[in-house]
Amino acid sequence: MGFEQIVFYIFSAILVFAAGMVISVRNPVFAALFLVLAFFTSAVIWILLEAEFLALTLVLVYVGAVMVLFLFVVMMLDINLAVLKRGFRRYLPVGFVVAFIMIVQLVLIVGPEQFGLDKVESPTPRAADYSNTEELGRVLYTVYVYPFEIASVILLVAIIAAIALTLRKRKHPRFMSPEQQIKVRREDRLRIVKMKSETKL
Amino acid sequence: MSFEMPDFTPAIPEIFILCMACFILVADLFVSDDKRVITYLMSLATLVVAAMITINLHSTETVYTFSGTYVKDAMSDVLKLFIYLITAVVFVYSRGYLSERNLFKGEFYVLGLFGVLGMMIMVSAHNFLTIYLGLELLSLCLYALVALQRDSIFASEAAMKYFVLGAIASGLLLYGMSLLYGVAGTLDITTFSNVITANNLTGGEYSTVLALGMVMVIVGIAFKLGAVPFHMWVPDIYHGAPTAVTLYIGSVPKLAAFALIMRLLVEGLGELHAQWQDILIIMAILSMGLGNIVAIAQANIKRMLAYSTISHVGFLLLGILAGTKEGYSAAMFYTIVYTIMTVGGFGMVLLLSRAGFEADKLDDYKGLNERSPWSAIMMLILMFSMAGVPPTIGFYAKFSVIEAIINVDLIWLAAIAVIFSVIGVFYYIRIIKLMYFDKPLDTSPITSTPDMRLILSLNSLAVLALGIFPGSLLAVCVAAIT
Repeated sequence: MGFEQIVFYIFSAILVFAAGMVISVRNPVFAALFLVLAFFTSAVIWILLEAEFLALTLVLVYVGAVMVLFLFVVMMLDINLAVLKRGFRRYLPVGFVVAFIMIVQLVLIVGPEQFGLDKVESPTPRAADYSNTEELGRVLYTVYVYPFEIASVILLVAIIAAIALTLRKRKHPRFMSPEQQIKVRREDRLRIVKMKSETKL
Repeated sequence: MSFEMPDFTPAIPEIFILCMACFILVADLFVSDDKRVITYLMSLATLVVAAMITINLHSTETVYTFSGTYVKDAMSDVLKLFIYLITAVVFVYSRGYLSERNLFKGEFYVLGLFGVLGMMIMVSAHNFLTIYLGLELLSLCLYALVALQRDSIFASEAAMKYFVLGAIASGLLLYGMSLLYGVAGTLDITTFSNVITANNLTGGEYSTVLALGMVMVIVGIAFKLGAVPFHMWVPDIYHGAPTAVTLYIGSVPKLAAFALIMRLLVEGLGELHAQWQDILIIMAILSMGLGNIVAIAQANIKRMLAYSTISHVGFLLLGILAGTKEGYSAAMFYTIVYTIMTVGGFGMVLLLSRAGFEADKLDDYKGLNERSPWSAIMMLILMFSMAGVPPTIGFYAKFSVIEAIINVDLIWLAAIAVIFSVIGVFYYIRIIKLMYFDKPLDTSPITSTPDMRLILSLNSLAVLALGIFPGSLLAVCVAAIT
């Protein structure tokens, strides 16, 4: 077994373990942290595939930005764990059966018989000065420009949807306009009422 | 590496819709609430101009651009025109309903237009990646539209269900596509189909991978269409969503879903027709059976129409599974007819609803003839058409798909289809009975805008007129499938 295979098996095992923990731990903060671990280990596997740029992006974007934001959300929301976990034990046996069938199917169908090392020739390693960032850049804005633009529209729709669903205008906004405050004159605020002095009886 | 500038001409309608949707999004911010009708008119104008562009660019030849990720052929042009038309009708019908419920906002129209863009991308997709992205764009708009009525518990619940189930379906579709990519090593649909044929991959060790990929793709499609056994979401979402949104979800996306089947199963996996035919036969029988039988037990017209949709999807699949050119054009004809009927049916629900009253119970239709004879006649035509009674268009739609499967010697399946459609007649006729032979429970006058009445009348009369002269629409569908 070569060095690459050892690295692959170790990190795959960690990845599967972390993915399992994401859905089974009680505390959502731990679940988010295990998700970070899962992203990180898959980034390592991508590096083994010589997809360095994608691996770095995964760590930077998902671990660095998305998951940190996600952790904030999880920690700030008041999540009732009892409600979330209700029915977990009840559905566990069914879940196991489905998962087992899926695993058997996948091993039979996407196993070594179809995609084994002897079936698919391994790609020749690239030279050290090969930049896959540059290669990605070459096709992203040329061959794949149409899907790329559609992806940007999807993000735009996500922004619109998120704002449309969460923005609530206050009926009486507590907003102070400095301009109006400065312009205030004595007559606007103060009313002098002339009245007769009351005489003591 | 040399790079050839892509030809933008075929994609001008998409580019136009995108620019206008962005423009309306920004322009809407400067429109005050009482002048919101400007946004509405701009959206309608966008659809009209897009239709004119598509008609101008129309040609029967097939054009590929953007490195083969985009295709413009006769089918895509026809489907796009119907997408504009039906969406415009949806916008007209929903105006009154939305303004009575404080939902008459720019977001409805902006999301509606982005949904149109997603459907156009699906219709013109020639690459697994583009198909998936178009589908996601459409689905995202639909999830947001369902949730737009934030104060309604039903709408929020429906949106949540729709989002979770839709995400699972997208995941399955994507996994299926990745397996297919693993076999053929390409995402381009024509290249994919050529690789399968050239290397004879339907036999041999990759046949199982191909089959699993195909099954997952079919599951994804069936979810989006609402075919049994992947139909669970349809009644709940149709019921929970505001009727104006149900109108949109229930009608236009089916045109895009038809294109999805054509691109993925027929053009991409055409070589595996014998395998997916069996799967579609089972789904078609279950959809027709369950849809028609469960619809009888419904007391809510939105749920009833949802089950009716499921049964119509079964009929649509009949045309596809025939696997002939005739069958595909029959299925396309059925899809177009279905959208015209459904938009009319839900339009009727919108017509009878008013502020604080949804008109979604079957009992609300009692004695409609006494309240408004004209509306009752329009509803009568629509119900007869959905049931498939001649001389309405619904009859020809059912007739053409059944003819297509008889021509491929699936006579037993045709018999089952006829039996289920006879069972289905019951619940459509029940509405007619309620309208004409029962006393009205509610005698308040029907309020609606004159433009809505006009379009709804035209819609119902079109169902009748197309039924008497079905030739032109049928010819369009035959010409569109090459």
